Amino acid sequence: MSEYAFEMQGVEKSYQHFQLSNLDLKLQKGTIMGFIGPNGAGKSTTIRILMGLIQQDSGNVDVLGKSMPLEQVEAKWGIGYASEDMRLYEKGTIQWHMDFVKSIFPAWDDNYAKTLLKRFDLIPQQKIKGLSHGQRVKAGLLMVLAKKPKLLILDEPTTGLDPVARHEVLNELMDVMLDDDRSILFSSHNTQDVEQLSDLITFIDKGKIIESKDKESFLQSWRRIRMNLAQGATLAKLQGVVEQRQVGRQIIVTANGFTDEMADTYKKCGAEITAVENMTLEEIFVSEVLSSRQSSNSNLNRQGA
Amino acid sequence: MPTDFILSQTDGRPMYLQIMEQIKSRISVGDWPSGKKIPSIRELAAATKVSVITVKRAYQELESEGVIVTQHGKGSFIAETGNLSTKLKEQEMDKHLQQAIEIARSLGLSVTDLQKRLSDLSGSKSSQSSEEK
Repeated sequence: MSEYAFEMQGVEKSYQHFQLSNLDLKLQKGTIMGFIGPNGAGKSTTIRILMGLIQQDSGNVDVLGKSMPLEQVEAKWGIGYASEDMRLYEKGTIQWHMDFVKSIFPAWDDNYAKTLLKRFDLIPQQKIKGLSHGQRVKAGLLMVLAKKPKLLILDEPTTGLDPVARHEVLNELMDVMLDDDRSILFSSHNTQDVEQLSDLITFIDKGKIIESKDKESFLQSWRRIRMNLAQGATLAKLQGVVEQRQVGRQIIVTANGFTDEMADTYKKCGAEITAVENMTLEEIFVSEVLSSRQSSNSNLNRQGA
Repeated sequence: MPTDFILSQTDGRPMYLQIMEQIKSRISVGDWPSGKKIPSIRELAAATKVSVITVKRAYQELESEGVIVTQHGKGSFIAETGNLSTKLKEQEMDKHLQQAIEIARSLGLSVTDLQKRLSDLSGSKSSQSSEEK
């Protein structure tokens, strides 16, 4: 058995105005990956390819050891997929939906489903028509979680949820991780959710993976450095510096891969370091996207010249 | 197993440091004695709603500091080191002293200046208390 819940290699998909290019992505079993990107970055396209809902133009996609989209029927026994626009039948009750999913998936866990009903504060006799947005999202997740999938793929699971519902949903996701054979991929633009839960973080922008690595290394390598510069002194241009802002003699540098040597170089330039700050995942994400766009723009300019 | 850790989202420190500190404080107050089995990484991750990799990092750091030991296949335990809680308190004190040294440096004070200040401070306290008598 592969150690990965899924593996995508060299995946390409072209549309008239959008292109997913040379996408490599894999998820180790037993881990949660947060998939972050701005609107239109390619998150949903990637997820739909993983689900076999659309076919890649080229490249290999393996999900739970099955080749997609060819063996998607086999793969789907083990996948739980929930997205924002997933619809339940308006006229059916929650119980009707539970019975329906149970009739298809033998792995359905009745006890767990009952527990989830209680935890999500849902009434089984209620029709979907009368549910609020939050209740619909929770009902949809219940259908997915109770069949105990090996791989959970969630497209924006917390969008539009109130803080209490969000908390309940995130709790359930972490309980899935008690089993080290199960994995989760969830896309979000709420970086706070992702920062807390994810083992791995992947940033995507304009159809390209910008970065994909474990969360601790992300948080470890990015720093914001505040300095006061001596009169007349100028700061050396160092590698890894993504942004440098100066107001009077105060300078704020944002750097990826900040080291003590860099601090020493700055001191030699005549800068007094007043603070070295950690950055939140949101700040790191914005910096990653901006620096990736800058470098692709400068490549374009060079090509143009 | 009591795993009601409460981690702060607004605390500027990384999550793994917060987890380390909460474990250490449980040891120093005596709630978690030497040799006690502590929750597995996945159990603590699920209980604190923090990713597995973050808890793993906290456990690795605690292991390298000698606070916990991990036995493969059996789980993690509080180290059987003698007076671990005293050691942790000493570490805590050293951390504060380290901060004092840094502030002293930014004021242009040497370590000797700082030592003098420290003995003045503790001296003035004891002289105050002797006056009160």
